[in-house]
Amino acid sequence: MLEISALRAGYGALEVLRGIDLSISKEEIVAVLGSNGAGKTTLNVNISGLYPVFGGSIVFDGVEISKLTPEQIVAAGIIHVPEGRRVFPNLTVRENLELGAYRRARERRAQNLEHVVAVFPRLAERFDQKAGTLSGGEQQMLAIGRGLMAEPRLLILDEPSLGLSPLLVEEMFELIRRLHEDGLSVLLVEQNVVQSLEIADRAYVLENGTIAMQGAASALMEDEGLRRSYLGLA
Amino acid sequence: MLDPILLWSGLINGLLQGSIYALVALGLTLIYGVLHIINFAHGSLLMLAMYGVFLLFTNFGIDPYAALPILVIGMFALGYGLQRVLIGRASHGRDENILLVTLGISIVIENLALFFFQGDTRTIDVPYAFDSIEIAGVFVAIPRLIAFGAALLIAALLWLMIQRSDVGRAIRAVAKEKQGARLVGINVDHIYAVSYGIGIACLGAAACLLMPTYLVYPTVGHAFVLIAFTVVVLGGMGSFPGALLGGLLIGLCESFGGLFLGESFGQIGIFLVFIAVLLFRPSGLLGSRV
Repeated sequence: MLEISALRAGYGALEVLRGIDLSISKEEIVAVLGSNGAGKTTLNVNISGLYPVFGGSIVFDGVEISKLTPEQIVAAGIIHVPEGRRVFPNLTVRENLELGAYRRARERRAQNLEHVVAVFPRLAERFDQKAGTLSGGEQQMLAIGRGLMAEPRLLILDEPSLGLSPLLVEEMFELIRRLHEDGLSVLLVEQNVVQSLEIADRAYVLENGTIAMQGAASALMEDEGLRRSYLGLA
Repeated sequence: MLDPILLWSGLINGLLQGSIYALVALGLTLIYGVLHIINFAHGSLLMLAMYGVFLLFTNFGIDPYAALPILVIGMFALGYGLQRVLIGRASHGRDENILLVTLGISIVIENLALFFFQGDTRTIDVPYAFDSIEIAGVFVAIPRLIAFGAALLIAALLWLMIQRSDVGRAIRAVAKEKQGARLVGINVDHIYAVSYGIGIACLGAAACLLMPTYLVYPTVGHAFVLIAFTVVVLGGMGSFPGALLGGLLIGLCESFGGLFLGESFGQIGIFLVFIAVLLFRPSGLLGSRV
């Protein structure tokens, strides 16, 4: 459903992604792994249209989206839950969730709100609290919940486990697995290699702006090179 | 000892005048809160709106109160356009550029006004300008009373809109988290322009409420905008209730300052209070603490 080819991208004169080919099929969960500075976030912000691409193409459901605005891309159904959550700190939890349906699925807002609250019961307890007062884990749930409000066709999760306690990380991956089971296509961008490979169907490893490795998650898990460079295992 | 009736009249006059300050300051604080810029064009856009009321009255005989919807919509459109095609584009996202652009706009508008209207003061002659009613011994001009009520009503409506509507939620979201706003599909440039437009629309309303009892000349905005800046800082930058409270307080300061220190010294009271607030509560009365 998403087809990226020869994507080049970066900031100003700095080229970060130097020709990326990547694809995601319907109802697939694809992990993009890599260390800091490999270009993972750059990939995400270019898919969601926050920055103009330098070259190459991004095709979603047969439509070229690399020139579209972020609003148009949201409207098409690609929902990006960014690194650092980016919830609205001055708005209540409810208002944050309602704004999730600002551009898409607005007519089913009330019913999706119920659905999100069922997925994240803890958000219901905080419903009228300002999002800025939530803990890091709760903010991450809110950010994902806000994404779900738009009925994503493809959900991009950027470092959802970042800054969470080990227990919460566990919970987060369990949640992603459940969302995927419900039929959601997910692009999961993570530093957390083992847990990502456990829930992903396929994975790409980014290094210095190019794809160093790719394949089925189970195969990558066994790969000697990957184990050496990312897991510290001999 | 002052006559209590003088104090009473000082109180009423202060509140009436303060409500207009509040209305002008509301627009300024909204623009600051969302776009994080000081709108230096605020005073000259108020002046422009006042000339608009003047022209509608003298050329078409449209009563200033009847002109209110026209001015509000017209000024909103002007503000939206200014932000979308001029301020936003020329600033390239840099705050110091925005300052200069809004300053430039104000200089252009003021000089255009000088060119077309010369430096003369102009008034409109409405039949009810001197109608007044007595409130517990003090005579109050009815147009000023209308201005007071309308300013409070507009402030309340604006607050409701910001708190309850989808566009209000989007405005508050953009104010604090631009990137997050883009990712839920909010067009940030559009929301910026809407916020600027609403801020300028407040000036359209203020102009209609002012003109029955006030006069207009090309630099009339200066008197208001300096006070409006004070109100915004006093109430807390970006705070709506703060602008309202600050406006009324400044009106009272001016009125009582005039009462105790003499008419021409009235404004000293404003700046004494202002300095005191900056010394002891720099985030403003209702501003969030930094």
